[in-house]
Amino acid sequence: MLQRALIFSSSNPICSQLSTTAPPDNTVFPKRNGGWIIPFSSYQLPAFPSDSAANRPNMASQDEQDPRISNISSAIRVIPDFPKPGIIFQDITTLLLDTKAFRDTIDLFVERYRGKDISVVAGIEARGFIFGPPIALAIGAKFVPMRKPNKLPGEVLSEEYSLEYGKDTMEMHVDAVKAGERALIIDDLVATGGTLSAAISLLERVGVHVVECACVIELPELKGRERLGGKPLFVLVSST
Amino acid sequence: MFAAENGLKGDPRLQAISDAIRVVPHFPKPGIMFQDITTLLLDHKAFKDTVDIFVDRYRDMDISVVAGVEARGFMFGPSIALAIGAKFVPLRKPRKLPGTSEVIAETYDLEYGSDCLEMHVGAVQPGERVIVIDDLVATGGTLSAAIRLLERVGAQVVECACVIGLREVKGQRRLNGKPLYILVEPREIDGCY
Repeated sequence: MLQRALIFSSSNPICSQLSTTAPPDNTVFPKRNGGWIIPFSSYQLPAFPSDSAANRPNMASQDEQDPRISNISSAIRVIPDFPKPGIIFQDITTLLLDTKAFRDTIDLFVERYRGKDISVVAGIEARGFIFGPPIALAIGAKFVPMRKPNKLPGEVLSEEYSLEYGKDTMEMHVDAVKAGERALIIDDLVATGGTLSAAISLLERVGVHVVECACVIELPELKGRERLGGKPLFVLVSST
Repeated sequence: MFAAENGLKGDPRLQAISDAIRVVPHFPKPGIMFQDITTLLLDHKAFKDTVDIFVDRYRDMDISVVAGVEARGFMFGPSIALAIGAKFVPLRKPRKLPGTSEVIAETYDLEYGSDCLEMHVGAVQPGERVIVIDDLVATGGTLSAAIRLLERVGAQVVECACVIGLREVKGQRRLNGKPLYILVEPREIDGCY
């Protein structure tokens, strides 16, 4: 199986424009793969790193890649037929055993999100709990666990989401976040996007602005990127 | 051993960590005063201090593995591992770790019934020095299972580390002979435990 390692941002050409003024109400922007993004009327597009897009080839171009990516990609173990025949499982536990590659993984996210006024890092149970807290600590944000049912002891909001067969439920403490906060959602891998989509819903229900979803690995053939309600997705490794 | 009695007496960070933990009465069932660390994770300074205290303790102890117990051990362990240059090894509920032939399991008793903890064989080499981290230690059943898993592959468990722990009775501060390092005691509400 071919593993291509890329960094690429969402299909949003605005990211490279470094716009610093809010668009007028009702403005729509084309997405690279079709469809439209309608920004919040008072929302300023995040100014990505202080150097311009031209100096950040991993933002403006899909062809250049940060040299840390190939070690991260090769540290991920691929296990066929888990949890069932036909599924190729992307095992990040071997990445956690490679101290440099794990450190580089966190650094790549921290470099992207530091200084972007993000106050919430929401991590999805359970592997999102491994990557989320180090990022949160480094960027000065809170860590909010998004959990399976009946794990969180306080008052929760619940969101049901579809699995391949059946449904599952994700929960969040209602008082973990406040309306208007800017949030990141972290998980190890995005496949169909169902889990990320549920997390986006939970946060938006209490008025949090989800700035981006971030995963170590994407399985692009499952098209999860298209199921995030227009929210951008940032990944380190794309696995086909 | 408690941090306050081992070098951190009067350290104001410990009080702030304790204050940041929420007690939820009667969860998951009547009579249990649940120590909720999610509020600690919302307090950036207190969360950072929690990690820093563990990092300061383990940084120069030649620890090459931090083993974290699913799921709340995952919230603390990786940050400690990254800071001290150790590997992070997740100890998981059954059937989560892929590769059935490469996984070992250890069962442990619950109040009613039993549960099971699993680890990847090959994640830890014989002779490696390991700390085990979880958010809270109660009976020590889970930590004992973690220690057994690690010792089965020849690792040396140097210490178990928890944010919260009950003050033990009768001087039983060890798990299978391993030392235990705890930051704070459980918080009370209305004078009850």
